[in-house]
Amino acid sequence: MNEVNDRSRDIGEFVPQADDDMIICRCEEITKGEIRRAVHDGMWTITEIRRFLRCGMGLCQGQTCARLVKDIAARECGVPYSSLEPATSRAPMRAAEMKILANEK
Amino acid sequence: MNGTGNTADVIIIGGGIIGSSTAYYLAKKGVDVLVLEGSDNIGNGGSSRNGGGVRQSGRDPRELPVVMWGIKNLWPHLNEELGVDVEYAQKGNLRLGMTPAHMKILENLTDKAKACGLDVRMIDAKEVKEINPYLSDKVIGASWCPTDGHANPLKATLAYYRRARGLGVHFITGEKVIGLKKLRGRVRQVITENNVYEAGKVLVAAGFESRFILKSVGIDVPLAKQKMQCLVTEAEPKMFEQMLGTADADFYGHQTRHGSFVFGGSCGQEGFELDKQGLISNSLGVPSTCRGILKYFPGLENAKIVRGWTGWIDPSADGIPVMSRIEEVPGLYAACGFTGHGFGIAPGAAYNLAQLVADEATAVDLSAFRYDRFKARI
Repeated sequence: MNEVNDRSRDIGEFVPQADDDMIICRCEEITKGEIRRAVHDGMWTITEIRRFLRCGMGLCQGQTCARLVKDIAARECGVPYSSLEPATSRAPMRAAEMKILANEK
Repeated sequence: MNGTGNTADVIIIGGGIIGSSTAYYLAKKGVDVLVLEGSDNIGNGGSSRNGGGVRQSGRDPRELPVVMWGIKNLWPHLNEELGVDVEYAQKGNLRLGMTPAHMKILENLTDKAKACGLDVRMIDAKEVKEINPYLSDKVIGASWCPTDGHANPLKATLAYYRRARGLGVHFITGEKVIGLKKLRGRVRQVITENNVYEAGKVLVAAGFESRFILKSVGIDVPLAKQKMQCLVTEAEPKMFEQMLGTADADFYGHQTRHGSFVFGGSCGQEGFELDKQGLISNSLGVPSTCRGILKYFPGLENAKIVRGWTGWIDPSADGIPVMSRIEEVPGLYAACGFTGHGFGIAPGAAYNLAQLVADEATAVDLSAFRYDRFKARI
């Protein structure tokens, strides 16, 4: 997308919420509070949140949590949900054993 | 500290680990810094795509003073300094070989490094197995550097960004720099697709793209662009803690804190890509690296690979980076051409770059990295 994104923009303080310990990324056990805190630490894209916290890096590669993470991040940044780019999807589409991939010539 | 607006004391072009960590060390000195990143994400280039090696062994001897200084003075307490666990493990580096020719390559590298004061030595098959019992019996020896290690490059890069931003460094992403402009003989303006920014000093730390930016003020640095591919497995039971590589560059990598293995390799066609822009993986990279890994680790054959990815490296004509004041354009500095081994050296490099930009004496002599060192061979 390459929209200009000024990371000094004021998105407000981090305010603890009652549901901060709810698990959002269940593969890597990342909570809502950790995601919100990461946004206030400067992680304003789904890719940065993923690289910093590991949500979306587990077995399901974000199939379960991606939309939830995007919703939380959009609210915290005060931007429209649709303005956040999803993280990149990559092969293999399903986890494959090293011996199987080694056979691809 | 300013933190907003289009001006700063220093503008850093490039929001990777070099740009972010140099910004941090400058901010610590009270310098007002603006970092411009062309992509949408901090650390979107090699910084987030590399294999996590924090090593001294296997490097060009000219890099050793900087990287050894960083491993001695910065890496051990980086967690405390940045307030983030960057998963730094200093458990050594094994560079493996299976043939007498491999041993010759390793001995050569080891001798050169020993001469620079690095604690590295050749070990035999028996000692290799003692350090790492999971290796194939076909391994006949290795070079062993106990002070090498690995870390999490995604977290390290973002940790420097987080800390720098917390100190008031102004970061803007989605701002692709298209050129520089001089005013009264000094570099002054940084032109992006959307805006014009101004500073008395500019540091270009934008990987391969540094080349185009420097060219706009008549400076050329010989860099190439090569695609590299990596893979990551599911979490596996804890097997070993060293960083690994091979004499033949079959693969490199380590087992992460998480338990997953991160590996990279080279399929032999690096540099011959048709498309020099995208980050698309091809069908050759991951399978080739898998075959390389299984030569040395037959026991990993059932490890499940969850993802492969791609990144670009910026090899310089002599294989080591440019880290230099550019006297021809007063106020201009460059840090690029890390040639695919910029992660481990980044803290040490950034610390010294911050000193250079702040007109202080550098902790390590950087004259081997001058921008004007590249000459024709005859």
